[in-house]
Amino acid sequence: MTSTDDIRLELTGITKIYPSVIANEDVNLKVRRGEIHAVLGENGAGKSTLMKMIYGVANPDAGEMKWQGELIHVENPAHARSLGIGMVFQHFSLFETLTVVENVALALPGNPDLKDLSIQIAEVSNKYGLPVDPQRLVHALSVGERQRVEIVRCLLQNPKLLIMDEPTSVLTPQAVRKLFGTLRQLAAEGCSILYISHKLDEIQELCHVATVLRNGKVTGECIPSEETPKSMASMMIGKELPVCQHEAPKELGEVRLRLNKLTVESDDPFGTTLRDIDLEINSGEIFGIAGVSGNGQQELLYALSGEEPLKQNELIVICGEAAGQSMPDARRALGMGFVPEERLGRGAVPRMSLAENALLTAHGGGMLKNGMIQFKQMNDFAKNCIEKFNVKCGGENAPANSLSGGNLQKFIMGREILQTPKLLVAAQPTWGVDVGAAAFIRQELIDLRNEGAAVLVISEELEELFEISDRIAVIAEGRLSPAKKLADTNIDEIGVWMSGMWPGAGIADVEEAQANA
Amino acid sequence: MSILESILFETIVAGTPLIIVALGQLIAEKAGVLNLGAEGMMAMGAIAGFAVTFHTGNPWLGVLAGMVAGALMSFLFAFVVLTLMANQVASGLALSIFGVGLSAFIGKPYESEILATVPTWRIPLLADIPIIGGPIFNQQPLIYLSWAIFGGIAWFLYKSRPGLLLRAVGESPSSAHSIGYPVIRIRYMATLFGGAMAGIGGSFLSVFYTPLWVEGMVAGRGWIAIALVVFATWRPFRVMVGAYLFGGVMVAQLFVQGSGLEINIPSQFLSALPYLATIIVLVIISRDQNTVRLNAPVSLGQPYRPDA
Repeated sequence: MTSTDDIRLELTGITKIYPSVIANEDVNLKVRRGEIHAVLGENGAGKSTLMKMIYGVANPDAGEMKWQGELIHVENPAHARSLGIGMVFQHFSLFETLTVVENVALALPGNPDLKDLSIQIAEVSNKYGLPVDPQRLVHALSVGERQRVEIVRCLLQNPKLLIMDEPTSVLTPQAVRKLFGTLRQLAAEGCSILYISHKLDEIQELCHVATVLRNGKVTGECIPSEETPKSMASMMIGKELPVCQHEAPKELGEVRLRLNKLTVESDDPFGTTLRDIDLEINSGEIFGIAGVSGNGQQELLYALSGEEPLKQNELIVICGEAAGQSMPDARRALGMGFVPEERLGRGAVPRMSLAENALLTAHGGGMLKNGMIQFKQMNDFAKNCIEKFNVKCGGENAPANSLSGGNLQKFIMGREILQTPKLLVAAQPTWGVDVGAAAFIRQELIDLRNEGAAVLVISEELEELFEISDRIAVIAEGRLSPAKKLADTNIDEIGVWMSGMWPGAGIADVEEAQANA
Repeated sequence: MSILESILFETIVAGTPLIIVALGQLIAEKAGVLNLGAEGMMAMGAIAGFAVTFHTGNPWLGVLAGMVAGALMSFLFAFVVLTLMANQVASGLALSIFGVGLSAFIGKPYESEILATVPTWRIPLLADIPIIGGPIFNQQPLIYLSWAIFGGIAWFLYKSRPGLLLRAVGESPSSAHSIGYPVIRIRYMATLFGGAMAGIGGSFLSVFYTPLWVEGMVAGRGWIAIALVVFATWRPFRVMVGAYLFGGVMVAQLFVQGSGLEINIPSQFLSALPYLATIIVLVIISRDQNTVRLNAPVSLGQPYRPDA
């Protein structure tokens, strides 16, 4: 393994300086043939920048790069692809108004026939357990589905080095296992994999070698199987990992959110129709909804947020008031906080500053006076949020789209939590956030619950739901399973339910009814 | 030729410059470049076409000159907004004013001149079809060109890979950049194409349609072309329908004005009718939000700077 022929990619002294930050400083990295190499680090540690340079999206300011022993300069991504380097982006590089197959075609050389390509996509997605429909328009896909498209697009190019930037953040445990199978298979075939993540358990399970980055510098290299998550975490964040305090739920209070047979027909031919969703969430509990993306989470979130007001007012009751026809602002006025799945665009206005983004949802808390903006209150709120949630950014006047995904997520979560809502609906609360910050956000959610709020968390990360929820249910094909107390269930059961097979669902239901008759 | 036939004939002639200009703009806008300078580029195309045809006697050299003039104008625009990253709306407005003014200045010596009428091209057999044969198949040569441009653009946008790439750049330049496409270069080419088409449209007015040069003869057609693209929700077929609608109402109101009928409608209102009718009809058909969402170039008018 140590002969130089085996080294596929070698970085020496790579440095990248942006106007306000040093993204990478003197980074050395060696990736061998068939090796799954983890690059580990917190948000903003410089992992993504480093990968962009390997893929030719950005140019290093200093240092050299060797590809299979030859000194190279990667001009652009097309050059990288021709060398055999593929990349799955964390912020997807997909075109929303185009179909899946068109998106894939754009990344392939030559002029592939779209019909043949659709067949190839179907083959690859079957082989690797990444179901995607080639004819669908990307804007109608959920985050998880979009990621599958990105992965399939890369795999079609038979890469020699595959860069995966946080690939599992939106996959189900089963899908993660399948993906790992795929990656191991690829590695066994000789493909090298650079695996960017902050999920320590995954890295331990999957990766042969790990390079740890902190503040743009390499702080260590290790063999994950010989380490513990704890020891890697301390290499990564430079201190001990905080642990979530999740004491048993106290007495439940009044019902804060009630859904009465919520049924929403989807306008989108590819969307999911919500059927007969009954749900009650009380003050003082965290309710988790698990499920594979694309099973109605998006539609449920739109219905809850008020983005698409419903036809009947009684379908949704927030804090005792029927609010099915209310607009988002009216729902917030009833005490609901809301964290959407899409951070840029729905959670925050990309080009507006953090302070202005804070104003957009938190204007109820003294930021307006006689219709005028109270700039001091607004800025103080944003500063407080940045400080309390440790958001790495250029201050409260930095535009939202200048933040890395995880940091923006921290800010949005902070903005909602600091308003101490009576009911908080959060989708993917820790998506793309590193372990330290994720533990912090989870703790904040639990604290919010302890103070008497009702919290609804919709997440595709089962571990997270099991860590914080008091009750848990599954959404599949637009239906909601019965809720279970956390103590009465386990990951395996919920995993099975995620495919829509809970007792009393579908066909089983009919048979049971017949048996009883 | 019966009245019906001549109305049909004139409708097609009046709609043609709009089709050519609007389809050119459509390509530029699909790449994300909003060039509001169509009026100015058309004016420059008109004077360049007229002057060259006048001196050489060859209308085709005139059209070529119009095309080059329009492309040069759009190059100026592209340099300002794509390389220097200036605001597209402001730069486009400036280009319109500049083009209209410069064309008037260059055109001074040609004001009393007139060109020979270019004979129509008769397509054998097809032109013998009753009623529609004459108006459609015994037409100005540039009308056939406009249909070829329409077919070519529809095929390019929806069937060819470069067309797919163009749409991709217009939707998300950053994604296109990150998978390795030269966003700025593609936008340059699309903008130049739009300018060349505007130049051809302008030269059609001065060399084939009137055929003479008058200051301000473009008469807002550049603006209508821009509006057409938007209201046609960036789809070539709707652009064509809208352009002929405009042409039809334009000709119909001219007939009414010229018919000597005693109608108590101010002639100014009748002259405004084609503009009004086109916009109303297109507003009505572009109400479907889904169509707009799927066809509108998301990055339209936004400068893009690749982070290197």
